[in-house]
Amino acid sequence: MMLINFLTKNSPVLIPILYLSMGLLIPVIAGGRRHRLAWPTIALVILIGLSISIFNIFAVIDAGKPIHYYMGEWVPPIGIEYVLDHLSAFVMFVLNVVAFLVIIHAKDIVRHEMPGKEVPYYGLISLMLAGFNGIVVTGDMFNLYVFLEICSLAVYGLIAAGEKKSLVASFRYLVMGTLGACFYLLGVGFLYLTAGSLNMADMKAIMPYIYNHPTTIIALAFMALGMALKMALFPLHGWLPDSYTHAPSTSSAIIAPTGTKVGSYVLIRILFFIFGIKFISEMLPVAHIIAWMGAIAIIYGSVVAIAQKELKRMLAYSSVAQVGYIGLGIGLANPLGLIGAVLHILNHAFMKACLFLVAGNLRFKIGHSMISKFNHSIRKRMPWTMAAFTIAALSMVGLPPMAGFFSKWYLVMGTIKNSNWIFLAVVLISSLLNAVYFFRVLEKVYMKPLNSGSPEESDENTKPTEVGLQMLVPTLVLAVGLIVIGLLNALIVKGILAYIVPLAGM
Amino acid sequence: MLNYTLGHYGYWFTLVLMMLGLYGMLLKNNLVKKLIGMTIFQVSIILFYVCSAVKWGGKVPVLDPVIGAADPSKYINPIQHTLMLTAIVVGVATTGVAFALVISIYKRYKTLDEVVLLERMKNDNDAD
Repeated sequence: MMLINFLTKNSPVLIPILYLSMGLLIPVIAGGRRHRLAWPTIALVILIGLSISIFNIFAVIDAGKPIHYYMGEWVPPIGIEYVLDHLSAFVMFVLNVVAFLVIIHAKDIVRHEMPGKEVPYYGLISLMLAGFNGIVVTGDMFNLYVFLEICSLAVYGLIAAGEKKSLVASFRYLVMGTLGACFYLLGVGFLYLTAGSLNMADMKAIMPYIYNHPTTIIALAFMALGMALKMALFPLHGWLPDSYTHAPSTSSAIIAPTGTKVGSYVLIRILFFIFGIKFISEMLPVAHIIAWMGAIAIIYGSVVAIAQKELKRMLAYSSVAQVGYIGLGIGLANPLGLIGAVLHILNHAFMKACLFLVAGNLRFKIGHSMISKFNHSIRKRMPWTMAAFTIAALSMVGLPPMAGFFSKWYLVMGTIKNSNWIFLAVVLISSLLNAVYFFRVLEKVYMKPLNSGSPEESDENTKPTEVGLQMLVPTLVLAVGLIVIGLLNALIVKGILAYIVPLAGM
Repeated sequence: MLNYTLGHYGYWFTLVLMMLGLYGMLLKNNLVKKLIGMTIFQVSIILFYVCSAVKWGGKVPVLDPVIGAADPSKYINPIQHTLMLTAIVVGVATTGVAFALVISIYKRYKTLDEVVLLERMKNDNDAD
């Protein structure tokens, strides 16, 4: 009982503090000869984080209103405030559950890809999660900037640990990411000049008084630009494909589902929770611009993904397209679009994590992930991995009852409600394009009888190499999770997401 | 108009600095020059915040018994400065990570020029 009291009182702040302190403690706990402790420690830490985030969801649903935590008992707007509402609790849960599954998967593959560097690697992962969770839970705009930089710095390191070209990819990401963060900071500065506050709730209360001020408009423009850079919304996605392709398998599996989602989350916060729907659609039509950027991203990302020869690169471009869906949902600026966008944060996190884990499994066992070299022997050698790939691919295409169908369904309903037929066409056509690039892989793997190969191929067939259980189970859990989310989506939408809509002022 | 321009000269200089930084960041070929541009860009934003905190005739935000606490507008707003202390730390950390990356890039490719770098990376690809 005391534990539950303690948790409800302090729940918003526990997860960032846990990850932040463990990011620094892991090198101590697992330093030197104790390097074998690194993986169990990080797995345990993320398990605790996951349990707290699940508790948080129930706490928020129970309370029915946002839970506030004041840092050092300083009451906002002077002090820094942490807020746990339905949106932040939901996104936090998504981050932690994906991170947990990927980390379970990571043990062997990290040792295989980066021998001797596990300890700093897991430390960086913990720091990155501290940043992500902090961004999600903070109610202070400058605090958000600090967390943004914490997670970005960790992500640069996680990407640079990969294969040969990862260094240059990471450097480019660093330059673009810093640019984005600086734009955000500049926007916060402009907003502070007019509003005189950094607290989000306070800012929202002040917004009617500074509604017509040009400085407010400039602030919104800079903040939206910075976040569009961070979430890789077309045409600001240039850093993404190289980073995701050349990063270590575990890094791309953990960053691809979470990194861009956190950017979209901040965009939702800024647009709906600070500026309000009236400002972004009438004063400065940011919503409209973002919707168009998203629509172009969907088509561009899908078309370019069709042309890719390497699986991870194809998935990276598909990420550009999927971020486009979220951008489109945000830009529609109606309840259905917002629900679609937030639901897609969950769905895409599961789909991309699953697909990148499959890519990791392939690299671990076959040594490459070139689509042109895939053949039917893979389905015999790694039947479960390919089954997970198939489920995730079908979900990406948007076949019911997979999860991907439902977020697209809400987006489609949102476009119909705005009677914007171009966006409707974009969403529908993109499903077709998704089908093209995923079925291209499935065709290579499944559409050939088994015993038609040359002797060389049959020699390959004799190597039965499904990955170990520790790598297989997370992949399959994510795949099954996609079906479960699909079946339970009404529960998710009614239980949590429906509460976000009034909070966002719609 | 002239008054307006002169009155905001701090902001104009910040704008010039920002453009300089952006130019170095996006158009220079040398990676270190890119980083210099990035640092200038960050510094320009720090200066922007500091500019915005200027108040003619304002006192240091420490309670002065002569002025008293009755009229807070006689003190300078300290928030911008404290925020920028954090931003400076963040900037230093970013620069540190960036230089670590540049050093490893130089060790691997023996060049910092982006054009040459791209060529050598292509050769990398062929070797794979």
